[in-house]
Formats: sequence, structure tokens, C-alpha cells
Amino acid sequence: MTEVAGSTELGREQLLDAYRTMRMIREFEDRVHTEFATGDIPGFVHLYAGEEAIAAGFMAHTDNDDYVASTHRGHGHAIAKGCDPRAMMFEIYGKDEGLCRGKGGSMHIADLSKGMLGANGIVGGGPPLVCGVGLSAKVRKTRQVAISFTGDGGANQGTIFESMNLASVWDLPVIFCIENNGYAEATAQAFSSKGIDIAKRADGFSMPGIVVDGHDFFAVYEAAGEAIERARDGGGPTMIECKVNRYYGHFEGDAQTYRAENEVENVKAQKDCLMLFRRRVTEADLVEESALDEIDAEIKQYIDDAVRDAQAAPEPAPERLLTDVYVSY
Amino acid sequence: MARTISYMQAINEAMAQEMERDKTVIVFGEDNIGGTGAPGEIDAWGGVLGVTKGLHGKFPDQIMDTPISESAFIGAAAGAACSGLRPVAELMFVDFMGVCFDQIFNQAAKFKYMFGGKAKTPMVIRTMYGAGIRAASQHSQSLYSIFTHIPGLKVVVPSNPYDAKGLMITSIRDDDPVIFLENKVQYAEEGEVPEESYTIPFGEAEIVREGDDVTIVAIGRMVNMAKQAAESLSSEGINCEIVDPRTLSPLDTDTIYESVENTGRLVVVDESNPRCSLASDIVALVSQNCFDSLEAAPQMVTAPHVPPPFSGVLEDLYVPDAERVAAAVKATTGTSAKA
Repeated sequence: MTEVAGSTELGREQLLDAYRTMRMIREFEDRVHTEFATGDIPGFVHLYAGEEAIAAGFMAHTDNDDYVASTHRGHGHAIAKGCDPRAMMFEIYGKDEGLCRGKGGSMHIADLSKGMLGANGIVGGGPPLVCGVGLSAKVRKTRQVAISFTGDGGANQGTIFESMNLASVWDLPVIFCIENNGYAEATAQAFSSKGIDIAKRADGFSMPGIVVDGHDFFAVYEAAGEAIERARDGGGPTMIECKVNRYYGHFEGDAQTYRAENEVENVKAQKDCLMLFRRRVTEADLVEESALDEIDAEIKQYIDDAVRDAQAAPEPAPERLLTDVYVSY
Repeated sequence: MARTISYMQAINEAMAQEMERDKTVIVFGEDNIGGTGAPGEIDAWGGVLGVTKGLHGKFPDQIMDTPISESAFIGAAAGAACSGLRPVAELMFVDFMGVCFDQIFNQAAKFKYMFGGKAKTPMVIRTMYGAGIRAASQHSQSLYSIFTHIPGLKVVVPSNPYDAKGLMITSIRDDDPVIFLENKVQYAEEGEVPEESYTIPFGEAEIVREGDDVTIVAIGRMVNMAKQAAESLSSEGINCEIVDPRTLSPLDTDTIYESVENTGRLVVVDESNPRCSLASDIVALVSQNCFDSLEAAPQMVTAPHVPPPFSGVLEDLYVPDAERVAAAVKATTGTSAKA
């Protein structure tokens, strides 16, 4: 039997849940990719496919009371955090039954009842928000944690440095996760931060800085678990950098001419998180192939239905334009 | 029971009473305690001009200092507001808003709308505005128009100690982000303020002085200038009505329109720069909605369209004074040349 990192502490149901989360994200994102190409989906979408192990690995340790602040690439975090994927699909189509009543769209998908503070249209917008949640948890002594996900591009914004410092001096239960997929939009991380491990910056704020393979659910799960437990126990913030790849462009429609030929194909063949997970749990006889296949089929049907229904769903009524905000004129 | 206290004490008292009433009210900002982490007095500053002084002793768990990092702590206020607290964050001078504006207008102001009505962001940003203490261009601006422009923010500019207390309590209890602008020149100004807690509703202007010749809409500290002008004009037989909007968003347009319909004339006194300002906005609204009542062109009395200067001579010219207000009033009554 192959030694599987982390798997011993996860029961069969937990493994199936993790796989289900990753598969749901993958199916959701692949399908949005396909549908976007038809021209039916309005606006910008930024897809998370390839990075599923990170969202699933972190959120295996959270519940509805914990909070996440996300990025442009927020669908995966939202799904892993427990947001309703069907309502998310409606939202991406801008429909009235969408998770945010069609007012937020892909870049602002949020559900505070699930602790999802929102995808964020501003690069570097999330880290200050999690400091606030962390403060809230600390003041109210709730043992909640707050996680900010930031890309390697966002890692260069001043907001994250300010937030890491604030979290450190206030001893907040906050995790700063850097999802380093190698590209800030179209610019390689090797250029934008001299290719260093971004997690090294944690040193400057007196917090642990950890680098993990973001394709490996078990590696993420372990690192996130340790940091989250420390935060809940009053041990303060941690920075975790997950090295990963994204399968699609910065936004849909991006031809990715800045990437090497076969770059994505090679990653898919060697490091795909779903493939790695499948191989590990089946080779270790923890879960049988058929159970995973069953999940794949269920989710495919679920997304098929969600897309079909979202396309047919009603648009918001015109009067919804003026609701949900103070209007004085 | 009312007694005489200062504008600064009124704000301090409002925060104290709300912190006492509701343990989720948390106050933070730069030097809000002042002395954290240093030997010496634990409550050394109370914010740069001392507005939060003394609160640490009463509410040690509800007030904290922040590093100088406005993006982080203003954003933290938004995050805290979404997750169970009612934060009051002090952005020392409104001039520093530029470094954290994203967290105010893209984050806090947008949550409720963008999330389909399913978010509350009960936060207050207290900040100082206004020229008059020789603090020069980066510490003297009156930028309330910028916040008023952003849907999703409520903007409060109290003109006296009584309003400062009541409006602060309303601000803390409000579920939307509120920008509360305090005039630094007025901190020592005294007035009658009840000891007990009370609220003043948003969107209700106050008729500070009744009159039937000219409506003066004056914002914040400019209410004092309007009052002085009205006094001197009354001896000349011109009877001014002064309207203090108290909140710029929501703006009580009904009271302004009713007053202009009675007087037929409008002067707006606004300490900020004139272009795309509250003054120009109120003139536009009145022109659009009360055109038939107007007997003269509305006048704006504002700072010139330049940054606040350092020189005392120049700064005194920069801030509108009672004489300029009186001249504008006379321009609308035809008793003088155009202001």
C-alpha cells in the first residue's frame, strides 16, 4: 500500500466530500468555459479549474461560521465554502434567482450566511476584510477563523502587507493563502516578484510562511489544518503559499499567448489535482473507483440541470435596479 | 439634562454611551489610545486631537490602536461590520482617504447592493475636515462631496455639539456605512447637549433660522458663517432662512425645496471646492425642481477652486466668511452687485 500523506486522519466520507467539492468546482468551471464561448454569459468570468485542491483542502477545516474573502477567481472558494452552485450558476447568468439577485455576477459572488465575503473585483481587496472578521472573532471570542485567498498578482498589492502587519500586531485568527498560479493576469510571477517564494515575506511580519504543492489536496489539507487550528487557539496568523496552475486564461476569452506551448497539457497530464487524488485514494484502497465515478455522474447531471434552468430563468424586474441601496434622488 | 459641553466632548460621549449600551461597538484608529506598546501614560493621546481620550479607561476591550495602515484598518472595519461588530474607525484626516478609498467605495459601499441586499455593513468612519488651523493642503480639505457621490455611503456633517452627539449615535446604530465628518476648527465650540442618549434621524434638515427673503443652505461649520451673515443682514431688513442639511446623503431635498418655494432665493454655503460639489449639486437640484419659484439666480459661496493654502493670510481668504455670504445674499435680492 502506498503511503498517503494526511489520508489516515480522513475517513471515507470526508474523502468523498473532498472529491465531491473538487469535482463540483471542475464541472462548474469547465461548463462555464464552454457556455461562455457561446456568448450567452455576460461580462467577465475568471475560472478556477486546476486549483480545486486548494479550496477543498482549506475548506475541509471550516464551517459556515468561518469566513473567506476571495479573488476575481472566486467560484471555487464559494463552492467549497458551501454556497449553492445552482444559485451561483443563476448569478453568473445575471438572473433574479441568482445568489446575489443578479446584481453581483461572477466577480462578486457572495453569501454571508455561508461565510463567503465575496469574490472580489479588486486585486488585493480581500486581505483587509479578513482582518475585520478576525477582529470580530477575537473580540467575540468565537474561535472563528478568516481566510483570505490572494493570487500571486494580488500578493504585490500594499493591502496584503498592511493586513499581514495588522493581523500580526492584533494577533488575529487569519490565514493569508497565496494561490500562486504563476501568472498575474498575463505577467509571469518570475517577472513580477523575481520568482521568489512569496511565503518568505511572512518572516517580515513574524508569522509562519509555508509553501505547499497546490495540486496536492493532502498537502494543502495538512498545512491549512495546522494553521487554522493555531489561529483558533489564539496563535495568530499564518501565510500559506500554494504553488499551482490554472487551466484557463486570466479571463475567459484570453488566448494565453504568454504561456509556453503544451504548458497546460503537461500539467494536466502530470499534476491534475483530481487525478492525483483519485490515484492516491484508490491505490491506498481508501475509496473505490466506482464511488468516485458515481460522484462524477451525479455532478455532471446537477450542472447540466443548473445551466439549463439558469438559461431559462427570469431576468430581474426593472424596479430591482433601485433596491438594496439608499437612493435619495 | 442639557449642559454645555464641546463638540469634541459630544462626540466622545456619544461613542462612550454606545459602547456602554452595545458591546459590539468597537472603536479603532491611529493613536486612538496612543500609548499602546510604549512606556508612560496608557491613554496618552486619544486620537491625534484627543476625541477618543478617556475611552480606553472605561472600555479597555472595545478600543484599540492600529498601525498607520489605512487600507488595512478601514477594510477591517468593513470586514468586522459584516461579521458581527459595529466598528467606528477613525480616519485621522479626510485628506488621507486616498490611501484607503478602495476599501470605502469598492468594498463597504457596495456590499449590500452587490450581494443582492443580503449584507449589512454597520460601520462608521469618523474623520476630520476643514481649513482654518494652518494645516495646509494635505490636512485641510473638505471632501464630503466625494463620499456623497458614491451610492451606498451615508454622509453626515454635524454643525454643532447637539447634532454631533445625536447624529453620531444614529450613525453607530445605522446598518449602512456612514462617513461622519467632524470639523476640526469646531472641536472646542460649546453648546447645550443633553446628558442622556438621543438620536437625530438621517435625511432631516434643520431650519436653523426662519426667514422669508432668502434661503441659505449651509453645510457643517458654514452654518456659523450663515448665522453671522443673517444677523447683520437682518439690521438691513433682509430676513434669511438658514437650512442645515445635517446629512448630505441622504439629503433632505424636501425641506430645501419648501424653503426656496417660500423665499424665492437660494444661497448655498459650502467650504469645499466649487466644481462638482454639494454647492453645485444643491443649486442644480433647486434649479431643476423649483425653477418657477426662483426670483433670482442661485448663488454659491465656496472656497476657490484651489487646494487649501498654508499662509494664514491666504487661508483666511480661502474659507468662506460671513461677509461673502452676506454679499451673495444681496446679489440674490438685487441690493448689491453679483457676489
